[in-house]
Amino acid sequence: MNLRTMTWSVLAALVTVSTLSAPAVAGSVTIKGSDTMVILGQRWAEEYMKKTPTTTIQVTGGGSGTGISALINGTTDICQASRSMSAPEKEKVRERYKTTGVETIVARDGLSVYVGDANPLTEITLDQLKLIFTGKLTSWKELGGPDAKIIVYSRENSSGTYVFFKEHVLKGADYTPRAQTMPGTAAVVNAVAKEKFGIGYGGAAYAKGIKILKVKKDAQAPGVLPELANIKDGSYALSRPLFFYTRDKPAGDIKSFTDWVLSPEGQAIVSKVGYFPVN
Amino acid sequence: MSLPASAEGALEGGLPFVTETSHLRHPSDTPRWSSDAVSSSDGSIPMTVGGVDPGARVSVGAQRARLVLSSPPRWHRIAEIMIRVLALSAIAAVVLIFAFVAREALPLFTSHEVHKEVTLRQMWTAQQWPGYDAPDHIWQPVSEIPKYGVWPLLVGTIKVTLVAMLFGVPLGVGSALYVSQYARPRAREIIKPVVELLAGIPSVVLGFFALMVMASWIQDAFGLESRLNAIVAGLALSFAIIPVIFTISEEAFGAVPRSYVEASIALGAARWQTILRVVLPAASPGIAAGVALGLGRAVGETMIVLMASGNAAILSGVFSESVRTLSATIAAELAEVVFGGAHYTVLFYLGTLLFLVTFVVNSAGDWIINRMKRRLGVAS
Repeated sequence: MNLRTMTWSVLAALVTVSTLSAPAVAGSVTIKGSDTMVILGQRWAEEYMKKTPTTTIQVTGGGSGTGISALINGTTDICQASRSMSAPEKEKVRERYKTTGVETIVARDGLSVYVGDANPLTEITLDQLKLIFTGKLTSWKELGGPDAKIIVYSRENSSGTYVFFKEHVLKGADYTPRAQTMPGTAAVVNAVAKEKFGIGYGGAAYAKGIKILKVKKDAQAPGVLPELANIKDGSYALSRPLFFYTRDKPAGDIKSFTDWVLSPEGQAIVSKVGYFPVN
Repeated sequence: MSLPASAEGALEGGLPFVTETSHLRHPSDTPRWSSDAVSSSDGSIPMTVGGVDPGARVSVGAQRARLVLSSPPRWHRIAEIMIRVLALSAIAAVVLIFAFVAREALPLFTSHEVHKEVTLRQMWTAQQWPGYDAPDHIWQPVSEIPKYGVWPLLVGTIKVTLVAMLFGVPLGVGSALYVSQYARPRAREIIKPVVELLAGIPSVVLGFFALMVMASWIQDAFGLESRLNAIVAGLALSFAIIPVIFTISEEAFGAVPRSYVEASIALGAARWQTILRVVLPAASPGIAAGVALGLGRAVGETMIVLMASGNAAILSGVFSESVRTLSATIAAELAEVVFGGAHYTVLFYLGTLLFLVTFVVNSAGDWIINRMKRRLGVAS
């Protein structure tokens, strides 16, 4: 967290306290959830607060699961999630608040597969990914690489990315017990950057100092990188929507913030951060 | 009779002026300054203390004076009670924490709701899960079929602790031996605070150092496949336990009676013989206590292993593989679990296990320290 966001958080906390006595003076919105989206949420909040100084926005991470629990428990206004809410989770919101819960797609991500810079491999199929992350395929040699063991990096199980990858790549199977679990995407990127024969996955915006593999839907299909054109036309296999969840139809400050996020200005920030705009 | 000015001053300073006379009344029996005169049938001369002296019947002309104890001012009593309450509240906190943790784990034993997802039997024995080739212990709590095999975590904890002890014990005891037996006073004045400073390094800093720097060094030096593993985490952990072992061992060496060493030297033993045959055995209970307390810290330490171990729940005896410990599992997973659900209950069960292990180890350490103190007290 940089100094500015820290200052803002403190200010936001102060304002939260002061709004209790004077609700009409300033609005405050809390956002919590996905670690994948936390850098995006923070940039949005900074820009938005520059334009609308009367509103303060607090952004924290913790994982999509953490954000969804917070939404259900009523401790956040907006939940950022890198996976869709499950049916039982939506049911809990309905039960507790008699509202349906509103899902808004605010950006798209190409879930990227990271390997070390020195790795000669350039592309990989979904099947191979599944074999690697379930522990059936353990050597780079079997993929035409060097004779070295594959070191698998995964995320903690509170992560939406963990769940998305498990559903869409592993088809619900368990990760290999050998997969090392990292507390955030940045930690995965850092680990893969330092590990010659590592492999990991995470949001496209975090990819620094590592190599992103082209993903092939099957052995015959062409290898595709997570880039804007490929996300738009749907040819990238691991493209996923990034969500805002609210308990009720957005209103007041939450609505104006969400509207601004979806505006060209808000979507320009999406591209700047490294994700992909909705339209 | 009036009191000498010096004695009066001492009393005003709040120090009870105690004498060992047998027929003194207990201080709490009298409200303030005792004015009771005690008969001097045994020949001792009573002397009352204080400004007023209603006990005029005391023979003033006696040759020897006798001091009667005073009871302390009332605020002493209040302070005493408060201190006692504070001490008891620490004990109450430990008991309450344990009761809370155990209560949250209780549904694992009693709730049918929880038993639908997990039973103790499933946690401790190998299970044939769908999609796996053979019965195995698997820790996969977030899955279509949640799997709560405890053994990988337990073995992980043991592996990391073993590595930490393997490095921490010789280094801690060795440096304590050096500082107390060999080092010149000036060297001791430098080494001792520096080692103890190690205890002040936050574990998150140690963990970060291990994650970013040590892991790469060790991987390059030994050509390990996995960058984060039990060795890296255990080494980082040993930095946390060295000060514990060092401090207590150093104290134990210092407590060896001088007469032992002098007797040994007088018998013609060389210095190293004295240290090996006399000092080390005499200090061994203290060393054992330090080791036990270090062990307790190693088992429970969370942040270092969370950052440096890689957190993969592998069940194997290989130390160069990544491990997931009990403490790190609780830290990583508790934030997200459904309150009161099976996963939540299991994590509290792990917490109870961890609590019991560290409690037993620490108590053993304390017990050994006390025994040592008693033994040496008698010997000297």
